[in-house]
Amino acid sequence: MILGPHADFIIASYALTAFVVAALVAWVVLDYGTQRRMLGGLEARGVTRRARRED
Amino acid sequence: MPIIDLANPTRFLNAVNRVLPWLVAATALAFAFGLARVMGAPDDYQQGATVKIMFLHVPAAWLGMMGWGLMSVAALGTLVWRHPLADVAGKAAAPIGAAFTFICLVTGALWGRPTWGAYWVWDARLTSMLILLLLYLGVLALYWTAEDPGRGARAAAILALVGAVNLPIIKFSVDWWNTLHQPASIIRMGGAAIDPSILVPLLIMAAAFTLLFVTLHLAAMRNEILRRRVRTMQLMQAQALAEAHS
Repeated sequence: MILGPHADFIIASYALTAFVVAALVAWVVLDYGTQRRMLGGLEARGVTRRARRED
Repeated sequence: MPIIDLANPTRFLNAVNRVLPWLVAATALAFAFGLARVMGAPDDYQQGATVKIMFLHVPAAWLGMMGWGLMSVAALGTLVWRHPLADVAGKAAAPIGAAFTFICLVTGALWGRPTWGAYWVWDARLTSMLILLLLYLGVLALYWTAEDPGRGARAAAILALVGAVNLPIIKFSVDWWNTLHQPASIIRMGGAAIDPSILVPLLIMAAAFTLLFVTLHLAAMRNEILRRRVRTMQLMQAQALAEAHS
């Protein structure tokens, strides 16, 4: 594949897009890990999402 | 499972957990197929190889606009029905839509320099797209800086609805004003004005980017639901501690 005299512009476009997509994927994956860890920690301490009933 | 069941966050999470691995695989396959077709696509007779930037620029522009459209529909759900999943959908779409709008603007600049001789001109299409990015940043600022998440969500929903006015301006800017940007060549009366050897790879790449958007959006919605559960549990824990000390 020959990219011609403007190869720099084409390569820069694909590199930037790959970087932004990789950043989005990393954000989603890392955030999922963080939320799962925090949820697990709270559940391990016996915290629930329901208010305790007054008997 | 009836679609209405997905309005329940727990059932929605279960459905997302089931469908996400398939979406990831479909996205990867679509990109592999699309990029192979892009490499085999011929150069444009006027623009040469720089037409390859179009395979990124056009899908990114469509998804930047689609993201805002999705946020506008979600805003109706937040403001009219006050459904928590509507706000989750809007909040999760904002950073993804902003990222695609950013890709569209930068790849457009990199395509414009060899084609027009300028990275940027204050042309109606380019300016309205830049306004879309600024609107996205405004919505993100509202979500991230509001002390009360509910008020932040309502303010962001209002901005999403007001900003929807910009979508037809972006689409028709090339018809309403004299612009350097080329007129519509795919979604237009009379059919696409692009040769199939370039149009087909473009549509495959658009499908791949759309799958990527859907995958990221569902994953971000799952994260947001979990974040809200963590917040609720932290509040319950703080309340229990306060009661124990009083």
